[in-house]
Amino acid sequence: MKLIVFAGPPTCGKTTVIKQVIKRMIAKQLKTAYIKIDVLFADEDENIKRDFGIPTKKIYSGELCPDHCNVVVLDEAVEWAENEGVDFLFVETAGLCLRCSPYVQNSLGVVVLESTSGMNLPRKIGPMLTLADVAVITKIDLISQAEREVFRYRVLEAAKEIIIVESNALYGIGIDPIVKQIINTKEIEKPMFLKGNPPVGTCTICVGKKEIGAKNHFGVLRTMENELFYVGE
Amino acid sequence: MDIKKITIIGGCGKDGQREDLEGFELKMGDIISIVGPTGCGKTTLINDIEMFANQNTPSGRTVLINDETVPEDYSFDPSKHPIALISQHTNFLSDLPVGEFLQIHATVRGAENIEKVIEETLDFANQLTGESINRETGMTELSGGQTRSLLIADAVIIGNSPIILLDEIENAGIHRTKALELLKRYDKIFIFVTHDSRIALLSDFRIVMKNGCMKKIIHTGEEEKRAAQELKKIDDIMLEFRKLIRGGEQISEEIFNEHIKNIQHLN
Ligand SMILES: Nc1nc2c(ncn2[C@@H]2O[C@H](COP(=O)(O)OP(=O)(O)OP(=O)(O)O)[C@@H](O)[C@H]2O)c(=O)[nH]1
Ligand SMILES: Nc1ncnc2c1ncn2[C@@H]1O[C@H](COP(=O)(O)OP(=O)(O)OP(=O)(O)O)[C@@H](O)[C@H]1O
Ligand SMILES: [Mg+2]
Ligand SMILES: [Mg+2]
Repeated sequence: MKLIVFAGPPTCGKTTVIKQVIKRMIAKQLKTAYIKIDVLFADEDENIKRDFGIPTKKIYSGELCPDHCNVVVLDEAVEWAENEGVDFLFVETAGLCLRCSPYVQNSLGVVVLESTSGMNLPRKIGPMLTLADVAVITKIDLISQAEREVFRYRVLEAAKEIIIVESNALYGIGIDPIVKQIINTKEIEKPMFLKGNPPVGTCTICVGKKEIGAKNHFGVLRTMENELFYVGE
Repeated sequence: MDIKKITIIGGCGKDGQREDLEGFELKMGDIISIVGPTGCGKTTLINDIEMFANQNTPSGRTVLINDETVPEDYSFDPSKHPIALISQHTNFLSDLPVGEFLQIHATVRGAENIEKVIEETLDFANQLTGESINRETGMTELSGGQTRSLLIADAVIIGNSPIILLDEIENAGIHRTKALELLKRYDKIFIFVTHDSRIALLSDFRIVMKNGCMKKIIHTGEEEKRAAQELKKIDDIMLEFRKLIRGGEQISEEIFNEHIKNIQHLN
């Protein structure tokens, strides 16, 4: 099984890119499946099943943080894809949390960034970009060539080794190089491990504490002026 | 990449019909225009050229450089991309000040003296605009005309590419004769998408388009060149009036006759 994880801020074009990729994978007679992980609502799985007839699934993370959800269900998701008899599993993440990153060792991590999102975006999204293998820059049809070059520079500044692909995903321009990377991805090895180190904090907010202020929490904390400190056993 | 020749091989139009024109070739120093009604596919054609289309765009066209195709994953060192495209955009989305943007772009493009090229770029742009652009202004704050002026100046000076594609430079009220005059000082291939007769007739040849198809190619003959000289006079007069009106003048009969008298010499 080859695992391809797509991450990126909301509405950056992940689904549009994935659909273009799937179209080309099918033309090459390669077997793919698709999973969407989102918090409350997603309909991509139904659209993709209807358009391409491949196995699809959605997982609502609901109360869980979506990247957390991704980590706890991915082994089952891979099993599901194996049972469906496919060779490539595409996972589209909700792309909300910018601290964790959803990429798995030996998978292909694809971060999708919209070129219209401002020149500081590459500096803001941390491991979602720096731990990815490929950065797809979408919506290049909406900006000038000069802006494209400057945006690309900003991406490379944040992630020096990353492979950049510029795309107008609506028209399917710039998709072939992504397909090539996908085909060349390694098989995943079990058990699977996350690529990056998860954040050091134990999130007391995640476990349900609602009070504002560091004095009401424990684990890794900070105040406005002070750097990180630790409270607890 | 050392470009000697570009070949564009036709594909299909909007309804999938074969293009009438099988293709055309460009050599260094050529100036050409692409003409046709709105929505006929002019921008699509120059986008194909910019991306070195290899039957992988909706039109199915192929672009050859020195008789060879460029593979889609051929990764240009972006500082050496041989084609600069000045798109129809009349606004920037980059939230950076002009000075910082140009500085990064000049760095990407490997300029030797960054300060000097920024200066030169702003100077070029400001010859085309009404109100001048300065380094502190945010890119997103520039007007339509200022944006286009800066795009042109950036492509020619910072981009320094041998091939320049310009999508409707006549738009947005920039000083287009000045632009043509400045551009012609640089030895490059220029491809103008245009609705402007003066620009079209100044080209070596023009591609006529309709319904997504390249229909025919017309070389600018001697007769057309003479006509262009005369049209230029009319056009200059129109520009004089534009300047007066923009400057808050009223067009009295006397002023009108004063300006129009050059035209009457034509008859
Ligand atoms: N102009 C242009 N629009 C694009 C491009 N790629 C995507 N879009 C549009 O951007 C919008 C969002 O695209 P999606 O593919 O749904 O984005 P997403 O990342 O999957 O969004 P979520 O899953 O909801 O986070 C849609 O309206 C697309 O048509 C592109 O390259 N150019
Ligand atoms: N050969 C083609 N095959 C398929 N679609 C095409 C083709 N040429 C143009 N189109 C489509 O037609 C539409 C209009 O094309 P385009 O924007 O290139 O027109 P234009 O001549 O530049 O118009 P304007 O003068 O308004 O700028 C676009 O949606 C484009 O994708
Ligand atoms: Mg989506
Ligand atoms: Mg156009």
